[in-house]
Amino acid sequence: GLAAGPEMHFGFQTVTEEERREKIYQVFESVAKKYDVMNDSMTLGIHRVWKDILMHKMNPCPGTLLLDVAGGTGDIAFRFINYVNSVRQRQLQRKLKHHQNLSWQEIFESYQKDRLNSLGDSQVVVCDINREMLKVGKQKAQHLGYSEGLSWVLGNAEELPFDDDKFDVYTIAFGIRNVTRIDLALQEAYRVLKPGGRFLCLEFSHVSNPLLSRLYDLYSFQVIPVLGEVIAGDWKSYQYLVESIRQFPPQEELKAMIEDAGFFKVDYENLNFGIVAIHSGFKL
Amino acid sequence: RGGEEEEEEEEGWHQLYPGHIRTSPLQKTLLAAGSAVMALYDPYRHDMVAVLGETTGCLALPNLRDKMKNHPEGYRILRERPRIRLSTLDMARLQELPDGSLGREYVRFLELNKVSPDTRMPPKFVDDEELAYVIQRYREVHDLMHTLLGMPTNMLGEVVVKWFEAVQTGLPMCVLGAAFGPVRLSTRKLQVLATELVPWAVRSGLNASCVLNVYYEQRWEQPVESLREELGIFPPP
Repeated sequence: GLAAGPEMHFGFQTVTEEERREKIYQVFESVAKKYDVMNDSMTLGIHRVWKDILMHKMNPCPGTLLLDVAGGTGDIAFRFINYVNSVRQRQLQRKLKHHQNLSWQEIFESYQKDRLNSLGDSQVVVCDINREMLKVGKQKAQHLGYSEGLSWVLGNAEELPFDDDKFDVYTIAFGIRNVTRIDLALQEAYRVLKPGGRFLCLEFSHVSNPLLSRLYDLYSFQVIPVLGEVIAGDWKSYQYLVESIRQFPPQEELKAMIEDAGFFKVDYENLNFGIVAIHSGFKL
Repeated sequence: RGGEEEEEEEEGWHQLYPGHIRTSPLQKTLLAAGSAVMALYDPYRHDMVAVLGETTGCLALPNLRDKMKNHPEGYRILRERPRIRLSTLDMARLQELPDGSLGREYVRFLELNKVSPDTRMPPKFVDDEELAYVIQRYREVHDLMHTLLGMPTNMLGEVVVKWFEAVQTGLPMCVLGAAFGPVRLSTRKLQVLATELVPWAVRSGLNASCVLNVYYEQRWEQPVESLREELGIFPPP
C-alpha cells in the first residue's frame, strides 16, 4: 500500500521514494519503444477492449476537454479523438436531416463550416513524466494522422503543470500504479478538474476468485517476464510490472483513497473478474 | 498471497553473479522455446541466440567444464578466469606482431569484419557461477574460432563456425544454429556448404582437441598454422 516513511516498494524490493521514482523512470524509458507490442502480447490484445470500455464509460460529447495523465503512447487520447469525431459526425448528419429544404449552395457552405470543426472544439492533453514515452506517442500520432485537438505535455502526476478547474475529464490508464505518491496524484486530479468534472482511472486490480487468482499469478510470474525477455529483451522491467500489480491497493482501498481526495459518487467496475478495474469519481 | 510471492521472488534476488536472473524450470522451458522462435524470426536478435544457449546448455556446459578441469591449460583458465575484452587486449602490440601470428590475424579479422569482442552478451540464466564463466568464455572465444577457421562473419561463415562449434561443444544452441542457419542461404552457397565446408568443419571439430582448453591470451605470438596443427584443425578449403 502507501509508504509511510522514506521506505517504499519497487515491485517486491524496498527502496527510498527517490530511488523508486528513478527506477520507474528507467523502466519506462527502457520499454517505451516496445510498449505497445508488449501490451498486445501480454494481454493477448485484450487491453484494447479495456480501453474501449473506458471510453464508452466516459461517453464524451464534442467540446469536452480531456486530460490524459501518464498517457504516454496515446492510446486513450486517440480513442477519445475517434469517439468525439464519430459523435460529431452523427450530430452533423442529424443537423443536415433537419435542413431538407436548403439549397445546394447552403448545404455546401454548412459542410465547409463544420468540416473545419470535426472535433467540435474537443481537446485532449496527454501528460506524461517520461520523455521516451511521449516521443513514441508523438511518432504514433504522426504515423496515424492525429494532429487536431491533441497536445503533448511533459509533466508529473504528483505536481501537474496546469491551473485549477481546467478540465472536464481526467483519465489515468495503467499509470497510477507507477506513481510514487498516489495521494498527491489524486489531489492534483481533483485540483485541475472543473466542478462537475469526472475522474476516471483504469488500472490492474485484485482478483478475488481463488482459482482464477492462482492461474492469473501463474501466468503473470511465469510467462510475462519471459515475454518481456523474448519480445523486448527486457526481463527486469516486466518482472517489475507484475510485482507492482500485486503491490497496488485493491478496489475498495483505492476507492477510499479517491474519496479522501474529495471526490464524490466514487464507484468502480471490475473487468475480467478484477484483473482490471475502472474507478470513477466526480468533483462537485 | 502477496506474502508467498514475496518469499518466492526475494529468492530471485540472491544472484550468483552480476546479471544473474533466477528462473523456474517452466520459465527456462518457455524461454528456450521463445528465444528459438525469435532467433529464427529475427536473426539480428543476437541476445535471443545467447538466451537459447543458456537455457538449453544444462548438459553440455557441465561437460565442457569437466573437459576444462581435466586439462592443465583448461584448468588454469577456469582458475584465472581471463576475459577477452578491448580493455584487456593490447591492440597496439597485437598489430605489430608478424603476419600469420594468432594475434595479428585476430586483429585483422576484427578490423576486416568490423566487430569487437565487447559485444558478447553476459550470461543471465545459467544457475551456476562457474558454468556462467564457461559460456562466457565460449562466447568470447568465438571470434578466435573465426580466425582459426578462416571464416568471415557473413551468414555462410557463421554457419560453418556453428557446425564446428556444435561438434566441439555439443551445445544445443550451436546444433540448432548449424541446422537452421542455412535456411537463409542461396542454393549456390548451400552447395558449397554441403559439399566442402561442412564436411571439413565437422572433421576438424571431431579431430581437434577442445578449443576451450587453449589459453589464447598467452599464445598471441604463435603462428595460426602452428596452432591449427597443434589443435588438430585441418587446413581450410
